Amino acid sequence: MIGFAGLPRPGRIAVHAALVLYTILAIGPILLVVMNSFKARKAIFGSPLSLPDGTSFSLIGYDSVLAKADFGLYFVNSLVVTVASLFFVLLFGAMAGWALTEYRFRGNLVLGLYLAIGIMVPIRLGSVSILSMMVDLGLVNTLVALILVYTAMGLPLAILILGEFMQQIPKDLRDAARCDGVSEYRIFFAVILPLIRPAVATVAVFTMVPIWNDLWFPLILAPGRNTQTVTLGVQQFIGQYVTDWNAVLSSLTLAIAPILLLYILFSRSLVRGLTAGAVK
Amino acid sequence: MTAAADSAPERIDTRDTTPWSTYIVVFLAPAAIVYTIFSIYPLFDTIRLSLYAQDANGAVSFVGPGNFVTLLTDPRWSGPFWNALKNNLVFFAVHMVVQNSIGLALAVLLSLPALMGRNIYRTLIFLPTMLSVVIIGFIWQLILSPLWGVARGFLASLGAGSWFAPWLGLEGTALVTVSLISVWQFVGIPMMLIYAALLNIPDDLVDAATVDGANQWRVFWHIKLPLILPTLGVVAILTFVGNFNAFDLIYAMKGAIAGPNFSTDILGTFFYRAFFGYQLQAGSKTMGATVATVMLGIILVGVLLYLFGVQRRLQRHAL
Repeated sequence: MIGFAGLPRPGRIAVHAALVLYTILAIGPILLVVMNSFKARKAIFGSPLSLPDGTSFSLIGYDSVLAKADFGLYFVNSLVVTVASLFFVLLFGAMAGWALTEYRFRGNLVLGLYLAIGIMVPIRLGSVSILSMMVDLGLVNTLVALILVYTAMGLPLAILILGEFMQQIPKDLRDAARCDGVSEYRIFFAVILPLIRPAVATVAVFTMVPIWNDLWFPLILAPGRNTQTVTLGVQQFIGQYVTDWNAVLSSLTLAIAPILLLYILFSRSLVRGLTAGAVK
Repeated sequence: MTAAADSAPERIDTRDTTPWSTYIVVFLAPAAIVYTIFSIYPLFDTIRLSLYAQDANGAVSFVGPGNFVTLLTDPRWSGPFWNALKNNLVFFAVHMVVQNSIGLALAVLLSLPALMGRNIYRTLIFLPTMLSVVIIGFIWQLILSPLWGVARGFLASLGAGSWFAPWLGLEGTALVTVSLISVWQFVGIPMMLIYAALLNIPDDLVDAATVDGANQWRVFWHIKLPLILPTLGVVAILTFVGNFNAFDLIYAMKGAIAGPNFSTDILGTFFYRAFFGYQLQAGSKTMGATVATVMLGIILVGVLLYLFGVQRRLQRHAL
């Protein structure tokens, strides 16, 4: 078939030139910040586009960030919120997705549609009421408040994707188990859950990234010193030390690092999830 | 959701009539309860709150549509509201035109068969989408800052140094600049969705057209584009919902007052100020709920238009 290989040579070069240029545009700004975070102030302003070398290398930005802001605490908070929300989204989402796809019961379709509303309607618009509720429950400035909200936020998409994936599991598997008298709970936890691991990985990335990156709910529900997440902590830190360029660049790099690491490790399964079904 | 063809016909007949078994309740209850309490109930309660007003002592009274009248007619509210709505429309228009066309173009290039380095390009171009909007906002604020001079230096090296202006600080250019930063970050989403749709087009269709003498452009316009229209519809509605609910980027770069002189104020930041107050104006729970309800209305209208207008027509077309 005629594709890239069928293009004339200048055409092929033009395609690569366009893609290389856009790639530079996409990662250049991020590299620039990471690179300059390892330089002394003079070099940041004097030669922003060069890599740190023997004379310009400096960790002064990191020293001042770690001295002035409790980055360790921010990371622990973000990690607790993200991992706990992820656990509940995946567990509850898989259970509900399973019930909706496997069993036929009155109201199945209506319940499915009800649980799908959240895919399109942002929960953020209910913030006024969520805040009053958290005040009444005494959960303001706790990580529990964030975990509850993020679990509710992540469920609709998780139920949809996991449910669709479960439909593709051959019926024989569970029917065989049923003939052996295995309970419905064991079928789900021992037979189905292990089978949907690839879909779980995809949903995990979709769920985790918006939670880790969110500013709105930490700002509204848990702005206190002890419950700040990385995103909120960095936002507040930069607001305070905006003139300390070393510190600003270092705090941004520290905030990027975990996502970057995760992305390098999981980009394959993420891309596979995004382009699901397209096998080429 | 369970529309897949079922091999056992008697199970189809009993659908919707089988009573609930205990295990069905156990499987569904946790998700349904958390979702109802922390997602659906707050949305309805917000709509309810928009019909009440709170006086200085905190006493709450029913005012019917009073808050909406205030929002649309009281000059203290209506001016900022229409300004935020107008800015939000500009924000959305920039995304639709710039983000989605670049996303489409990148997807078309990436889906060319036998392209070398496809995975590397795809992974790197998608990278900014993974990062926090707050981080992206600060990164661009530094780059565009006249203090650092990176942007000016870069333009100067291209011989266009005189073009540089502190775009983020000027009333005339701040909104478009912020929109383009958001475009830069999120271009990966339309790219990936369209790329997946392009890969799903059967080779036979393209081959047949090629054999009949169609060139790459004709294949794209007459075969590929019509087939990916449903995906473009999904991209459009995702962009719409995301844009009319945006907040983080403006708040990180410009603060809650969305300067200069409210020129970057969108509904998300307007909602935040109505709810929490700013400078001399006190925050109001009920006015916050009113603004949120209007945003909810706008998003619902968009989603319904998409579901009942665009998507149906596209599916008929695709079939």
